[in-house]
Amino acid sequence: MEPLSLAFRERAARALHDPVLATAMQRLERGWQAARARAAADLPEFEALRDAAVAIKDHVLANLDLYLEEFERRFTAAGGVIHWARDAAEARAIILDICRRAKARTVTKSKSMVAEEIGLNAYLEAQGLRVIETDLGEYIIQLAGDVPSHLVGPAVHMTRERIAELFAKAHGGPPKQDSAALVAEARQVLRQRYLEADVGITGANFLIAETGSIVTVTNEGNAELTQGLPKVHIALTGIEKIVPTVAEAFVFLRLLARSATGQEFSAYTTFLTGPKREDERDGPQEMHLVLLDNGRSRMLGGPFREMLRCIRCGACMNHCPVYLAAGGHAYGWVYVGPMGSVLTPHFVGIDKSWPLPNASTFCGRCEEVCPVRIPLPKLMRLWREEAHKRGLAPPAARVGLTLWAFFARRPALYRLATRLAMAALGALGRRRGRFSRLPFASGWTVSREFPAPQGPTFTAQWRAARGAKG
Amino acid sequence: MSEARRAILARIRAQLARPPSAEEAARHDVAARLARTAPVLIPARAQLEGEARIALFCEKARTLGCAIERLPDLGALSGAVLAALRRHNLPLELVRAADPLLDAAALEAEPLLSVRIGVPEESDAVGLTVALAGVAETGTIMLASSRARPTLLAFLPETSLVVLPCAWIKGSYEEAWAMLRALPGWPPRSVNLVTGPSRTGDIPPSIELGAHGPKRLILFLIDRIG
Repeated sequence: MEPLSLAFRERAARALHDPVLATAMQRLERGWQAARARAAADLPEFEALRDAAVAIKDHVLANLDLYLEEFERRFTAAGGVIHWARDAAEARAIILDICRRAKARTVTKSKSMVAEEIGLNAYLEAQGLRVIETDLGEYIIQLAGDVPSHLVGPAVHMTRERIAELFAKAHGGPPKQDSAALVAEARQVLRQRYLEADVGITGANFLIAETGSIVTVTNEGNAELTQGLPKVHIALTGIEKIVPTVAEAFVFLRLLARSATGQEFSAYTTFLTGPKREDERDGPQEMHLVLLDNGRSRMLGGPFREMLRCIRCGACMNHCPVYLAAGGHAYGWVYVGPMGSVLTPHFVGIDKSWPLPNASTFCGRCEEVCPVRIPLPKLMRLWREEAHKRGLAPPAARVGLTLWAFFARRPALYRLATRLAMAALGALGRRRGRFSRLPFASGWTVSREFPAPQGPTFTAQWRAARGAKG
Repeated sequence: MSEARRAILARIRAQLARPPSAEEAARHDVAARLARTAPVLIPARAQLEGEARIALFCEKARTLGCAIERLPDLGALSGAVLAALRRHNLPLELVRAADPLLDAAALEAEPLLSVRIGVPEESDAVGLTVALAGVAETGTIMLASSRARPTLLAFLPETSLVVLPCAWIKGSYEEAWAMLRALPGWPPRSVNLVTGPSRTGDIPPSIELGAHGPKRLILFLIDRIG
């Protein structure tokens, strides 16, 4: 997927005037945001679990090479085949090769953000394979030729009416009116696809080194049918998804659904260890795991290592005022919201994504709700600094910032300048007491008036008051 | 091993820059960690015994949309299954696991019920299997695959019937996992933690049941087995 993140401003501006999106974002705010707060309050140990999760991830990341080797040994012993992929192209080629060897025509897929990251669907389709998304949200997006707008609810921006139209067009018959009928229709259609599929592709929420297992989490049960019916299962995930033991996986599982949708536990959490055993009557004959680096290892050495703790719950976007106003599509690439603003520059380059780390009010709510306490505002600030160093922002912003910095570093000059400027503004606006237009401040005055300053500046008043006291 | 593997591990090591003197300690650390199976943190809510534990399990599972029937023994199962199928206007036929508990329930002796043993097909409306544990904390059941218990029994049919002895209901996931670990053939190929019927919120405004997995999940809790 070609990143469109440079156009964040324009895309966000358009999104602000989209009433359908506004309704969808309200649903997130009133639904998932409120549900997460309830779920966290209902579990007194929630904060302690967050601390434990941070410690586990930090330990794994500090020993990632060793854990990957341990995981590989056990995964392989259980009969799985592991494939290491340095980048997106390598991962796509590996998956295509497995599909070709299985003589696959139809491939079912359960939701995987890593698959979005490497643009897997478009690639496999261009090679003549029929790819069917089975997560209902992803299926809707696929029918619409759209891209996900949220980590957990990829079709969160869609209305029921639009989904009904898409289904009617794809499946025939008149558009259904209620969600139950639409879900039943999708169930029936996708049932056939599961049975036709030669290969099933899933993601993996966790990799467990102790047992060599992969863990999938869904509410629909689509991962189990995706990997359980075809003869070949391919799991695709990032190298950072390792946890040491099953006991430690439960720390994350207690946090994941609560942080994402406010559920206490998702409907289906599945631990898979190897392909079908000799005496078993169901299960895939082959189990493959594609372990993707794609720049993740580069993040290990510096301050961005903390980002590798991310468990993709989406809490940061559910609580982000910018995401909730602009929606996911404004971000212009696969990962959206605050976590997307930190990750996207790593994957596509800061030169193609510098507006994203700027799309934040730094209110800090993302960090407050992040189950693994990633300092998202700090990491966005680091990207801002990098973008500034490389001169990526438009000249006006850079000159403005440089000018401000010049004064800000010279407090006496700063005070003098603000005193003069405020006095001048006060004199100019004395008659009306407000301005309806100001140079360089149209962002403010376009929708409201700017009050004319009255009296001395805050610093001057503060000094005067303290002076009086002392 | 592959070139990509070597390259990725080399990149990781270069970034971590662990001094050679710390290598052995790190390996020792990792090995010790992997050998430690003790729970990290079990919430107080999960630390219940006896009837209180069963009550929490039932409350949580019912809230999520499970139907629960408590039976004195396996002899009562065939009657309860028949009644449940009738209540939902379902055909009086099912496909079941070859589990000894279900053998002992003698479902085949019920003349009105048509029972097949094996892997479900697309046309099967009802699947019956056995859970290896229950988790009171969130009303979760733990299923594990084996020759006797195909995984698909609890995923393909629209109605999923699951038998769970009351004594196998534990407080936490960790206790349930410890039970599983003690069984032969551990770890099984597939362990499913199932918490309520299949659901989706992808088509607004409501949460709908039966997105892909079962629309109906009926649990039969058995007081006494064997």
